[in-house]
Amino acid sequence: MSVADIAFYAFAVVTVVAGLMLTISRNPVHSVLWMILSFLGAAGLMVLMGAEFVAMLVMIVYVGAVAVLFLFVVMMLDVDFAALKGEISRAMPLALLIGVVLIIQISLGIGAWVEADGALGLRDAPAPHGVDNARALGLILYDKYGFLFQIAGLILLVAMIGAILLTLRHRKDIKRQNVLQQMWRDPAKAMELKDVKPGQGL
Amino acid sequence: MDALLREYLPILILLAVAAGLGLILILAAAVLAVRNPDPEKVSAYECGFNAFDDARMKFDVRFYLVSILFIIFDLEVAFLFPWAVAFGDLSMTAFWSMMVFLAVLTIGFAYEWKKGALEWE
Repeated sequence: MSVADIAFYAFAVVTVVAGLMLTISRNPVHSVLWMILSFLGAAGLMVLMGAEFVAMLVMIVYVGAVAVLFLFVVMMLDVDFAALKGEISRAMPLALLIGVVLIIQISLGIGAWVEADGALGLRDAPAPHGVDNARALGLILYDKYGFLFQIAGLILLVAMIGAILLTLRHRKDIKRQNVLQQMWRDPAKAMELKDVKPGQGL
Repeated sequence: MDALLREYLPILILLAVAAGLGLILILAAAVLAVRNPDPEKVSAYECGFNAFDDARMKFDVRFYLVSILFIIFDLEVAFLFPWAVAFGDLSMTAFWSMMVFLAVLTIGFAYEWKKGALEWE
């Protein structure tokens, strides 16, 4: 077994075990931490497949940002977990039924999956040889798929405006700092020196 | 493929060493450390006081807003990477396509600046 094979099995086992622990751990914060480990394992698998850029994106976007967002959501929910556990045991038979149906569907789908003749040759953008990932993406993403790229930009804009509209609340009852006003303050106008005679006071 | 993986070998070794060291430290604490727990030692306290309430309290939604804005600009930078790597061979369409993308997100940035979403109170 080469080092790459050992690394593949290590990353695969880490990913699957972390995914399992994500679903069965009782503390939701622990679940999020297992999810981060699972993302890390997936990034390792991507590197082994040669998709370096996707691996780095998984690290930056999922591990760096989405996981933090999940942590915030978990901490913001303020759910009474003890009460939730009773609910879970009541809904268990239905959940098991849905899980079994899903597994049957997936295995039927994979079992019936065949690749048509020449399907690989029909790909819109086959992976080029001798060019690294990020460069190959950069060469087609911005002009050939420019429309989709602009749509992505608009989606980000909508997400930004939506997040601000939904969550931004300004409190009225506090004093705010006005930096410019502080900087333009004139010492000559703001204070006054008085010459006080001894024993007289102001 | 093999040449690419060989470049990642130092990172793999670093990962293995880091995971191994972490495991050793945790196991050493579990195996070697002296433990004499009593109720006063293991109870929660806040700076010497008894705990006022549960640590699982609600967060201010403002943290969520900051992290969502962070993710959006994170994705913007992720789109910039391939553009920068392939910059020498890009067509003019690709160049201006990125400029339009940046302009759209700058509109969003100006909006959030004027709304005061970047200010903490």
